[in-house]
Amino acid sequence: MYTLRTLPGDDVRQIMWRFAERFDLQMSVQSARSIARSTVAKLVAEGARNTHEWTDQKNDLLTAFDQSGLTALFMDPHQGGFIEGPKNFALALVAFELAWVDAGAATSSLASNLALAPIHEKGTPEQRDYYMSKCVPPQPGEDREIWRGAFALTEPLPYVGVDTGVLCGKASVADWTDGEEPMLQIDKRGRFITNMDFANFVTAAVESNDDRIKGTFMVILEDTDEGIFDRGAPTLKMVHQLSSTRDPVLNLKVPASRIIGGYDVVDGVIVPKYNHSEIIGAVFHRTRIPVGLMTSAKLISAVEPVIRYHRNRFRGGDACSEGSPRFDKGLQINEDALQRLVDLWASGEAGCSLAFGASRLADRFDPIEKAKEAHFEAEGVTSVRKQMGVLRKLKEQVFEFIDLEYTPEAERDQVRYAELQSDTLVQYAYMEALAGVLNPGVKLWNTGEGANKMREAVALVGGYGITEDCPGFLMQKWTDCQLEATYEGPEAVQRRHLTMTMTSDVFQHIMENWVKQMQTAGQQVPGLGGYVIASAMELWQWTLNHLKTAKDDDGRKLYHNKRQGVTFAMADALGWLLGPYYLAMDVMELIEKGPMSPTLAEGLDDLTGFYKDLCHIQAARAAGEVARICTELVYGFNTCSCNQPAAEPGGQSTCAGREDLVDFRALKAKVDMCMAGSRMAKDRAGHALTEVMIPEALDYPIG
Amino acid sequence: MSNEFHIVVCGSIVPDPLQTLAPQDGPNGPVLQNEMMLPAVLDPWAGHALYEAADLAAKHPGSQVWLVSLGPKAKLQQVMMAVSQKAPFQLVVADGSASGFEDGFETAKTLAETIQGIAGLDMSKLLLFGGWQSASRGSGAVMQMVGEMLGMTEQFQGVDKLTVGDDGALEVLERIEGGAYQKSVVDAAPAVLGWATGDLPEPPNNPQIGMQNMQKNMPALQQAKPADLSGTSLKFSAVDVPQQRRETRVVKDVPVEEVAKELVEWIKG
Repeated sequence: MYTLRTLPGDDVRQIMWRFAERFDLQMSVQSARSIARSTVAKLVAEGARNTHEWTDQKNDLLTAFDQSGLTALFMDPHQGGFIEGPKNFALALVAFELAWVDAGAATSSLASNLALAPIHEKGTPEQRDYYMSKCVPPQPGEDREIWRGAFALTEPLPYVGVDTGVLCGKASVADWTDGEEPMLQIDKRGRFITNMDFANFVTAAVESNDDRIKGTFMVILEDTDEGIFDRGAPTLKMVHQLSSTRDPVLNLKVPASRIIGGYDVVDGVIVPKYNHSEIIGAVFHRTRIPVGLMTSAKLISAVEPVIRYHRNRFRGGDACSEGSPRFDKGLQINEDALQRLVDLWASGEAGCSLAFGASRLADRFDPIEKAKEAHFEAEGVTSVRKQMGVLRKLKEQVFEFIDLEYTPEAERDQVRYAELQSDTLVQYAYMEALAGVLNPGVKLWNTGEGANKMREAVALVGGYGITEDCPGFLMQKWTDCQLEATYEGPEAVQRRHLTMTMTSDVFQHIMENWVKQMQTAGQQVPGLGGYVIASAMELWQWTLNHLKTAKDDDGRKLYHNKRQGVTFAMADALGWLLGPYYLAMDVMELIEKGPMSPTLAEGLDDLTGFYKDLCHIQAARAAGEVARICTELVYGFNTCSCNQPAAEPGGQSTCAGREDLVDFRALKAKVDMCMAGSRMAKDRAGHALTEVMIPEALDYPIG
Repeated sequence: MSNEFHIVVCGSIVPDPLQTLAPQDGPNGPVLQNEMMLPAVLDPWAGHALYEAADLAAKHPGSQVWLVSLGPKAKLQQVMMAVSQKAPFQLVVADGSASGFEDGFETAKTLAETIQGIAGLDMSKLLLFGGWQSASRGSGAVMQMVGEMLGMTEQFQGVDKLTVGDDGALEVLERIEGGAYQKSVVDAAPAVLGWATGDLPEPPNNPQIGMQNMQKNMPALQQAKPADLSGTSLKFSAVDVPQQRRETRVVKDVPVEEVAKELVEWIKG
């Protein structure tokens, strides 16, 4: 039996989340943390969340973000930032730190970046440099206002939510004099638009209602443009009150050069280079990750206050005498309190490992995506259909690369691996397939299941949990989770996205390699839960393949895009598998790299023992969910025949057409048996919580 | 007149004060339970000294600031991710224990030797800064000894304010009893100043400064030489956390006047 000596610190996180060598990221973490646990926590403790209005008190947040460099984090050094290259991972780390105290503050920090993201991803170089530089705090010697932006997509009114296919913002030509820049009239109403109290510019999605403009596009609107820039009424949201949201009314005349990405004039018609879907696709590809991470951060943040509450529960008063187990351990003398907290912690770790894995992939994917576009442009392959055709022909190379990628370094053909690694299109096909699953997967599972788990955190603190001054702000965090599950596309949107990406051959090939990888982990790292993850993945893959061809008893196809009772359920099941896989990878990284850290060496075996158990617990839970969903889908669309003459209830031979499911039953039995040890893991991890050293007090105010 | 200073700040790390600090016996004397695994911060007294040093250097162009730290380099590196964003400085590391159970004389000797090894340090411009106390259970005497070892006889402790005159004279306010200050004037550097809290707030993080600092300071951390603190004859017979006394009595149905009366009697002793 091991002892968890202390709560995991920065040195543990840096190894697991792979930024031990990046001091720029480590500094960003420290900056964000200092604001979270001072400015942000003070605002929450003082009740700043209790109003919809953006107050002077809340405005302190922006000053704190500016002073500490968080405002400039999104920019490149030549634009006034300090991190070169993609910043998805950096933004994810900041979101994690801020959401540790309040996710509304994290949203506030990210909102300007969301407004800039369309410009960053698809804007012209001039648009990029102009707006990014404006949004950086003034440098020494400069005297200027810091610009802030808002992102206006929400459609259609009056509802709050995103159906990106429906637009009611309109664009028409206001003036167009020969030889001059056309002037556009933009009419846009927004709902639930973040940063709207102070935004200097809005990046808005609109569609043409003029024959002289083609299709949809995104456009930049400034508060000084001619016309109406009415910030609107505050949105009466009940959560995330440290972010500003209003329902603006915008009717402005702007030059066509504000069309994001530019435009061409073809036969007298303005043809935007990118339609709004292309831009939004590029933006949401990445920005959903930190939103998912916010929920997971809150789960881990709940661990310390819950332990403190449990230990101190009976101290004071007549409930127990000093020195008694009840006095020393409080509620921790009860197994249930310990093990439910372990479940919560495991869930938070799995969510974080998944989200940070996705954000690291996004950083690698950014330059590849740009290189792919440049390649196709140079080759003259401009239509999406032709590009897909080219990529399809590379399938064998992509599979070969994936096999090499998941082969241990010492065993693979390094020359061939390097060759395929430098092939832009192969890399694009691999990363696009993986990101296509991870990004909606993070958003779906972390926020949805995270909200359920956060309710458990509140429950673990009893009646104290539902008070405003509960340490750790657990009640506020729980309610905030629901907005995170909604932001940037609610759960149904993520499920729909997954149903389209999870069936790709490339992702399926990746998963086959994950299965092998987890089987090896099961053998080489006992107690991690590798086997149970692998067997659950096998069951999921088998079920997917079965459902693609199977029909229900009425003869209707099961796997069909209209049949969300099947497809969405499989997306949910996949969501469960992603977290434990990435957690297992992170725990193995800790086992490998931990011994090199002088600060961890002393208690490393205990620490890795605990993490292996957390991973095993989460793996078993995920496998249980996957098995349940797969079983319901495989058997649930056939009529029960147990009431037929001579039939026996539960008799497999009488269950119509079930003889073909021998493989399924074998795989499911394997999942069941691979649960071996998972409850012992929970016993050990729960016991570790009774001994772990926690700080004397929370490091931020609690009201 | 140009007043350039070479400001050396001595300061190391201490466990985050919110952590549970439990002493226990180690193979070489007392240690703190799980000290290497606990989060650490820059000693708050040294922090005040560093921010004063940076402010002084900013007001006197040409001045330089070094932060000399005796501590475990892996922990120092973590702490520097926050501290390096506060002010420009060059880090000089002696890799050794920052435990408060170390011998103050050995610590001073190591710091003095490390300071003497700083390339380009002009002793005639030297202002040696540090905390007048330490949050690491330290002796509160290290700065005086470092000064003596470096031959610096102008020493001030409990400093809250330093003003540099146009002629380069240093006016120092030291805390004395009764909330009063003693004002002293020294003609010029070198001098030792053990800072109390000073009068500057903690600067906000500035990642631009942090990036510049860490590009220089990461090599300093990686190349840090092990500190030799073995010459001590210090022995500890026992170490204990100060005991917290709490006597709780639950009183019900007693008029407030009687509760007040009892409290007054208790206060009177």
